[in-house]
Amino acid sequence: MNVLVILIPVSVTMGLAGLALFIWTIRSGQYDDPEGDQARALSDAHEHTPIPVQGRDKTAR
Amino acid sequence: MSAACPACASLPPPTGVSPGGPTHILHLPDIHCGGCIASVERALNDLPGVASARVNLSLKRVAVQAAALDAQTMIDALAAAGHRAERLDAARLGAADPAARNLLTRIGVSGFALMNVMLLSVAVWSGATGATAQIFHLVSAAIAIPAVAYAGQPFFRSALQALSAARLNMDVPISLAIVLASAASLASAFGFSDRAGWFDAALALTFFLLVGRYLDHRGRAAARSAAAELAALEAPQARRIEGGAERIVAAGALRPGDLIRLRPGDRLPADGTIVSGRTDLDRSVLTGESRPDPAGPGDPVTAGEISLTGLLTVRVDRAGRDTALARIAEIVATAESQRSRFTGLADRAARIYAPAVHVLGAVTFVGWMLATGDGWRALDIAISVLVITCPCALGLAVPAVSTVATARLFRAGILVKSRTALERLSQIDCVAVDKTGTLTTGTPRLSADMPADALAVAAGLAGGSSHPVSRAIVAAAAARGVVPAAIDAVCEHPGDGIEGLHRGRPVRLGRGAWVGAPEGMSTWLAGAGDRPVPLTTVETLDSGAVALFRGLREAGYRVALLSGDVPEAVSDIAARLGIDEASGGMSPPDKVAWIEDRARNGARVLMVGDGLNDTASLAASHASIAPGRALDAARNAADVVLLSGGLKGIPTILATARSAVVRMRQNIGIALVYNAVAVPLAMAGFATPLWAALAMSGSSLAVTLNAVRSTR
Repeated sequence: MNVLVILIPVSVTMGLAGLALFIWTIRSGQYDDPEGDQARALSDAHEHTPIPVQGRDKTAR
Repeated sequence: MSAACPACASLPPPTGVSPGGPTHILHLPDIHCGGCIASVERALNDLPGVASARVNLSLKRVAVQAAALDAQTMIDALAAAGHRAERLDAARLGAADPAARNLLTRIGVSGFALMNVMLLSVAVWSGATGATAQIFHLVSAAIAIPAVAYAGQPFFRSALQALSAARLNMDVPISLAIVLASAASLASAFGFSDRAGWFDAALALTFFLLVGRYLDHRGRAAARSAAAELAALEAPQARRIEGGAERIVAAGALRPGDLIRLRPGDRLPADGTIVSGRTDLDRSVLTGESRPDPAGPGDPVTAGEISLTGLLTVRVDRAGRDTALARIAEIVATAESQRSRFTGLADRAARIYAPAVHVLGAVTFVGWMLATGDGWRALDIAISVLVITCPCALGLAVPAVSTVATARLFRAGILVKSRTALERLSQIDCVAVDKTGTLTTGTPRLSADMPADALAVAAGLAGGSSHPVSRAIVAAAAARGVVPAAIDAVCEHPGDGIEGLHRGRPVRLGRGAWVGAPEGMSTWLAGAGDRPVPLTTVETLDSGAVALFRGLREAGYRVALLSGDVPEAVSDIAARLGIDEASGGMSPPDKVAWIEDRARNGARVLMVGDGLNDTASLAASHASIAPGRALDAARNAADVVLLSGGLKGIPTILATARSAVVRMRQNIGIALVYNAVAVPLAMAGFATPLWAALAMSGSSLAVTLNAVRSTR
């Protein structure tokens, strides 16, 4: 059972990393335009600012 | 802006992209795919002066950063690229509230914590004991306590508010269950008792209830933003005379004393007095009357009226928020709050449920305390009762159904604005409809056939006029293939009619008294024959009106027509639609009185209307619907706005509302059955954390699935 000393911190750390990523995705407005993101994934035009500016300053939903 | 190869991608971004919000927001009603996004963004980015353009396909908007450009340039550029665009007034869209994002973060936190704690709990449930179980409990505590403290805040805050006002709401038992379960589990994790841990239950409660709350919030926020978008589309403008030249300014920038110019067809942006010019005023939005009124110098005009024929110069008396229109809209807004007294199913259920949960928990604790004398055991079982009775399913029961129903209606072009609208619409038994603008379009058509030569003269006279009767004459001539006669020296006398010379003889088209014929409803043509010829017009019915009344009668609703127009026009429309109960000449207070009278007799009236004269009755009725082309004030007062699809959507709305409420009742039933089974078991002490977790998730899932299940 001693392996738990390593496994538990590892699993908790991975969970926290996932949570941090999720919060980052919310903060950067990645859920603001789900339909647009679906379509943009197939566009071959290069985007210099893939995340819209307005998403960061929280003015747009 | 576009680069197809990786080498170009490593180039520095183009200069000129400055941080900061968008300067213009355009509405793109027709975009639907990735190709549209690319072509819209290319069209805008190719314009000199545009720093950045970003399409939001979900909202069908593009946010442009271009301080030096005006919206019209961009709309023209988009039109050249094949996209229809409309200007959205960013100020009227309002700042988006961060509450949805906030709730989503809390859902994320509680969801991740729930998953981790569940994993650890599985180990405990499958038989870990001693030091291992203790470590698992401590790790669970380290994850759960901060997560609950953060994610549970909406419940704690609302519970504190309710308690400080000496009330009970649903959040009080929720907070109590979450806090007690966490505290007792913390005590057992530190070895104060050897009872089971409830961390996963506390987190599951928080998670499911947050999902319910998020759905509820999303539904309301989506309706609010769509309503704000409708308002932002209008962005009224005015032509102000500044030192002899006209300049287009926003209506909000007008000040009393300004002189404004109105061209035929313009809507008045402010209240004022006519300084020069004569015209026919379309007052239907304010009075419901379909026939235009003549007006001339010295006559007062009101915001919302449309000048049909003449060029006017108007001195502004009241602008912006002071106009009669804005004041009435404000009165309606305060009247509307009365309707918020309506308590929905969820509130009524919670009102009974919240005290019951406390009583059950307390009875359990006292009972076990007396029976066994073991305080920890009694507390443990009381917590299990609180956790199990906690209204996860009840919290999801109503929001899940209304989210699904509202989304279905929205796809059909129907915007449900109010949270309790579906429930109120399901109770409707009588439908009252306004005539002008709601059932009829603003454009009349000629009713009777007339000699082709007279029609040719009339069409020749009417050709240059934007008066609705003139346009009807021109349209009738075109439909019959009559070529308008050549008329010389055509001169329009706003308020009276049009005169000109036909083969050297003076001809006149206009008001009865002006052309030398009896005064009445119809327009007369004089000079073309021996005697004046009447041109009678009838109003054009909205294409959905006939289907609407057939649908309503088949569904068994009583229907009535309430109009501010003259009784003859009203009874004509009523006869064409087969409505028995029709009243004309009703002032706004008359309409309200009619609705209140019906309400006293136990009827629940649905009002459908579009004008300022309807806003008071829209607010006074049990539920209300406004067409999308309705006045801003009317749309604000209505519960439901028909964005597209028109009047024939109304029977669909009523049917959807009724089936949604049936579904809500089913869901509350499911939640109650679950409680009826689970609560006795929990009070008897048989509920373990594992069973609580299963039951809670199971009932929440059952309720959600019942909400999304299709009707057929």
